[in-house]
Amino acid sequence: MSDASIPGPAAPATGKKSSLLELDARTKRRNAAETRFKAYGIVAILIGLCFLVALLVAIVRNGAPAFTQTFVTLDIELEAEAIEAAEASVVKTSQYRDMIRAELMGRMAAEGIETDMDANTLGQILSSSEAGQMRDFVLENPDRIGETVTFNFLASSRVDGYSKGRVTRESLERDPNLSPAHLDLVDQLEEAGIIERTFNWSFVFGADASDSRPEQAGIGVAMIGSFFMMLVVLALALPIGVAASIYLEEFAPQNRFTDFIEVNISNLAAVPSIVFGILGLAVFIQLVGLPQSAPIVGGLTLTLMTLPTIVISTRASLKAVPPSIRAAALGVGASKMQSVFHHVLPLALPGILTGTIIGLAQALGETAPLLLIGMVGFIASNYPEGVASGFLDPNSAMPAQIYEWAKRADPAFYERAWGGIIILLLFLMTMNLIAILLRRRFERRW
Amino acid sequence: MSLLWIVSIVLALAVVGYFVGRQRALSTAGGDHRKLHSLPSYYGFNVALTGAVPALLLLVAWTLLQPLYVESRVAANIPAETIEAAGSQGLALTEVRRLANGLDLAVERGAMTAEEARSLSTDATDVREQLGEVGVALGSNVSSETLSLAQRYRSISAIGTTVMTVLVLGIALAGTAYAFMKTSPTFRARNTVERGVLMLLLGAACIAILTTLGIVLSLIFNTIEFLRLYPAAEFFFGTTWSPSFTGRGGGSELGILPLLWGTLYISIVALIVAVPIGLFAAIYLSEYASPTVRSIAKPLLEVLAGIPTIVYGLFALLTVGPLLVDVFGDGGLLGVGWMDGGTAVMTAGLVMGIMLIPFVSSLSDDIINSVPQSMRDGSLGLGATHSETVRQVILPAALPGIVGAILLAASRAIGETMIVVLGAGAAARLSLNPFDAMTTVTAKIVSQLTGDADFTSPEALVAFALGMTLFVFTLGLNVFALWIVRRYREQYE
Repeated sequence: MSDASIPGPAAPATGKKSSLLELDARTKRRNAAETRFKAYGIVAILIGLCFLVALLVAIVRNGAPAFTQTFVTLDIELEAEAIEAAEASVVKTSQYRDMIRAELMGRMAAEGIETDMDANTLGQILSSSEAGQMRDFVLENPDRIGETVTFNFLASSRVDGYSKGRVTRESLERDPNLSPAHLDLVDQLEEAGIIERTFNWSFVFGADASDSRPEQAGIGVAMIGSFFMMLVVLALALPIGVAASIYLEEFAPQNRFTDFIEVNISNLAAVPSIVFGILGLAVFIQLVGLPQSAPIVGGLTLTLMTLPTIVISTRASLKAVPPSIRAAALGVGASKMQSVFHHVLPLALPGILTGTIIGLAQALGETAPLLLIGMVGFIASNYPEGVASGFLDPNSAMPAQIYEWAKRADPAFYERAWGGIIILLLFLMTMNLIAILLRRRFERRW
Repeated sequence: MSLLWIVSIVLALAVVGYFVGRQRALSTAGGDHRKLHSLPSYYGFNVALTGAVPALLLLVAWTLLQPLYVESRVAANIPAETIEAAGSQGLALTEVRRLANGLDLAVERGAMTAEEARSLSTDATDVREQLGEVGVALGSNVSSETLSLAQRYRSISAIGTTVMTVLVLGIALAGTAYAFMKTSPTFRARNTVERGVLMLLLGAACIAILTTLGIVLSLIFNTIEFLRLYPAAEFFFGTTWSPSFTGRGGGSELGILPLLWGTLYISIVALIVAVPIGLFAAIYLSEYASPTVRSIAKPLLEVLAGIPTIVYGLFALLTVGPLLVDVFGDGGLLGVGWMDGGTAVMTAGLVMGIMLIPFVSSLSDDIINSVPQSMRDGSLGLGATHSETVRQVILPAALPGIVGAILLAASRAIGETMIVVLGAGAAARLSLNPFDAMTTVTAKIVSQLTGDADFTSPEALVAFALGMTLFVFTLGLNVFALWIVRRYREQYE
């Protein structure tokens, strides 16, 4: 490209001005237009990058708190009689709850923290999951009855929000679950080291508990659901996609039927993802009768959605293998099939893998089709038992779980949703990074 | 026997077949593989493929078709009063199927023996309670007709499964044996195997056709079903969208116009954001930027395209929405009070625009780059400035391609779901105010099909009609856009 922006030609000879070094008004205007135009471009790119930064900042700032959690540490003596009495009662957890609250009161008295609240009001500092947690421990470790055990109980979501700055005293004025007076106690408990905020592994690996206990919600089970779905996608989309591409690129005759297949593939690539959800619902659930919400249905639906992506990238990498390779293989007596499977395919493999990983990443982040096949509106609270149950039992998937949290209209769940997004994006980033590295490492220029 | 077992047995048979076939080929040639027509491994593959492929194909086809057959057999036997009680034949069938699955589950979990499940009767036991214990929730009490139908359903399914198992394993064995018998030094194993593999490749390529067919058929059948229950004219020209929540029909107004308007309005806002930014970014990157800037800015912009839409949805709901309310809402910065809530056309449109920026920019970038260099040189040589060249030569030349790119972006915007589900609101209305909450076709597909909708009511079936509309719209846009782009490319090739 030439330097078109250097001073323009001199004004017509009839003009008064005769110096070549001085710009006339028209040239100035044209040069200004040039600068403006260039500035528009820069501004456009900067706006785009600003959006990217704003998005990332919003994600990190809102999501990071989900990775820490406020815990109340209490040492509780597991008295045999008290536990027996608790197990004999009708509502078994309520007596455990009383034990915990009594211990909290006692501990506060020992630390010299004064309060005029009764044990039940005070207990609102704790999450309502505390009694179940203690009972589960007792049932799992009956041999430890009689000892004093240290428990880390979850604090209630509002106490947690207070320590993260989300909940303030003003916002609690009309809250039925916690009062500003609690927060004064929380401050004192924190000083005494009873309340602590630590890294929250159970958010990463835990299950979603209940739509009223955000402090207990974790994305682990949904992660497993996503994992099983990706297994299905990988097991089906990769072989089918590669086979289809090999046929279209290497064997297909030039005729109407081949054209028809190609038109179909390019159209499928642009069909909105929700339409694939409708397909999954109508075919896999209504027609075939596979169980709703099962990862296998999600996987099959996502397979159909990812297939065009994989076919397109595989064909590109098959096309990139030079014809001389095929000619050489045919020349030494290989059949057409042998030349493809022994020579072309291995050379195209890095490209195919890159395309597959990118396709998988796309499938991992896709939400809309999952909504239609029932992977939301239900609480993923159990880990699947074994492989078959992993494929067939109702589960959630990471993006569906995030959507579920976003719908629950509670700031504490919003925090979880942002946190879930961080985890999802970490997965996507890793996959894309692997794809880039693969391309760098194995890419060949012929 | 479960499917997994059948598949494993067939695959194991194939592996055994491979070694046996290979061995037989070698031994018939007296251990000298020069006397064989093909390499020994081809004889193995021939045996393995002949055994496994037809058997597995039959297995897949049978599993897909058996429920259809069983249901048609059972459906024909549902007495009229049961259909009336349930509301429709489909509903009655759903009940039967749920009960049958419940019985299966009860047997599997050991709450009942197979014999008990077969001879169960409503007089003797409370079936609902018994199934409730193993975690199968039934909607209403089980009538004796439903129970006997469910038992019939189970017995037909059981017979079907047994026949299938026998057939599949039989075909696998027969195929293996046949190929094994045919193995001899003169047998052209390679040609046979290659023909078979080619058929498999062709089959894989045909899955694309099957998918399209599946989409079209599932949309068409359910749409026809819907139009039988709901007048077409009111669906296409109705201006009110207010489905009743009872789910049993009646009182619903399902006019598509407010949804189409919401969809178009949001897409237009998105394009107003994305097209100028994307286009200028593309022009700058392809015409002005130095290679370093380009190699940094282009991938960074494309990161925006790799972010899942759920993230944009959350960003719209929790960040952009409240921000817009702070500016345009009651007591906001501008004090105009145009916006009541965070979810609005503007919120969704703006965020969707951000999502589309890389889409527009990378497509336009490709197109601008494919304008021949000679046209640039000619224009610059005549003394035009760079920007004049871009505006008066390159853009007019690239215009058809850019229009194609914008149409593709529009089709993406129309089909986008998560951003509008979270960011646009749920109220369907015909309004011109971009700060009102509106809803779109995709958002309503989601809301009509999630939850415990009954799939035979017009309220659920309307989702398929909406899906059909969406599919036709986006398909039309895509075909048109691709046609434009292709014609444009040919012009300069």
